[in-house]
Amino acid sequence: MIEQLRSKAKELLETKAVAVVIGYGEGSVPGATRPVFIVRPEDVGKLIWNARCANNLTRYLTRKEVLRLGKPAVVVKGCDAKAAVALAQESQVPRENVILLGVVCPGLERPAGDQCRQCEVNTPPGCDFVFGEKIENQPDPAQAFLDVAEIEKLAPEERRRFWAEEFERCIRCYACRNVCPLCYCERCVADMNQPQWIETSAHERGNFAWNIVRALHLAGRCIGCGACERACPMGIPLMRLNRKLAKVVLEKFGYRSGSDPKARPAMASFKPEDPNDIFR
Amino acid sequence: MAEKEFEPRIIAFVCNWCTYAGADLAGTSRLQYASNVRIVRLPCTGRIDPLFILKALERGADGVLVSGCHPGDCHYTAGNYYARRRWIVFRELLEFVGIPAERVQFSWISAAEGGKWADTINDVTAKVRALGPFQGYEAPSAKGKP
Repeated sequence: MIEQLRSKAKELLETKAVAVVIGYGEGSVPGATRPVFIVRPEDVGKLIWNARCANNLTRYLTRKEVLRLGKPAVVVKGCDAKAAVALAQESQVPRENVILLGVVCPGLERPAGDQCRQCEVNTPPGCDFVFGEKIENQPDPAQAFLDVAEIEKLAPEERRRFWAEEFERCIRCYACRNVCPLCYCERCVADMNQPQWIETSAHERGNFAWNIVRALHLAGRCIGCGACERACPMGIPLMRLNRKLAKVVLEKFGYRSGSDPKARPAMASFKPEDPNDIFR
Repeated sequence: MAEKEFEPRIIAFVCNWCTYAGADLAGTSRLQYASNVRIVRLPCTGRIDPLFILKALERGADGVLVSGCHPGDCHYTAGNYYARRRWIVFRELLEFVGIPAERVQFSWISAAEGGKWADTINDVTAKVRALGPFQGYEAPSAKGKP
């Protein structure tokens, strides 16, 4: 499978269909992987694929340094491919400006939280090419949000204590933001200081606001790739926050991010018959 | 020395065209209602960012009310529809992290509903008084409730 991926990458580069192939390569220590940017056809041997290829490479689709190279081809797992859909929906990266090289993924060796357990996109949809033997998996929808339900069933004080302890560890490194493919704002709200909406020091007040607001800004947009939780150096279970909102958006508005390129994002649209029960 | 009874501070973010006018009507009608509320006027509920509510809670509010035109009656046609989706999501997230829903409430109050404004403020104030002061974002202590 890797040979097919490499030869397709070589072909795309030789015909100048793309200027750069963004894929996974060997990491700096044995067993690790890291992103590689192949610009010469003879370098495609650097591309690898295994269950430790966790990074979401679509992050680079909104980075000026990469776009400057020219049209990219990106190696994507099913979860990563959803980011390309979301970016096209939000008019950030037109679908025709990128070639998606999908790889069939049975699940990561070390997934972030519950990410791989309920995967329905082992065979990535919507890609220009797909490599690997196709896997069909229909997960049980009733099992979809068990990690969220774990928190939901706690009492309010217990929930507060759980999140206060988690957010206490946040050091405001913004790794979660920097690695998220959908956090592409040139100037993040957390960086604004006139007025300052979110306190910048690693104090519980600012930490709470930062994590809440990032989750809110990703409502209906987060594709559940788990990059944020993986990147967090303090091991905060960020996926649970994002998946809680994905659950709310699905239940209340019937919308799932990254599935339909033609759909309007949930928070940028409305229906007159949206639920009204929380309003007096 | 007797301890002063806790009086909650309520911040109300309201839309200019409906709820603010409704509050004004409550005033001109000389309706008596709880004086714990401070009103912040915005052109439309669609303008209200969840950050305003978080900031209000950080800076000493014990409860927040967000109120605007009824769906279909927005002065800007659809602002309150977008706001409605936003609040549904925001409220669920607040509950998920342990901030009770009673602290942040939402209503549709039109310019003619002065009485509803007074009743809503009284009700919100009573509920927040029962909850006690908002302790901030630390883990709940023995004193007050989250």
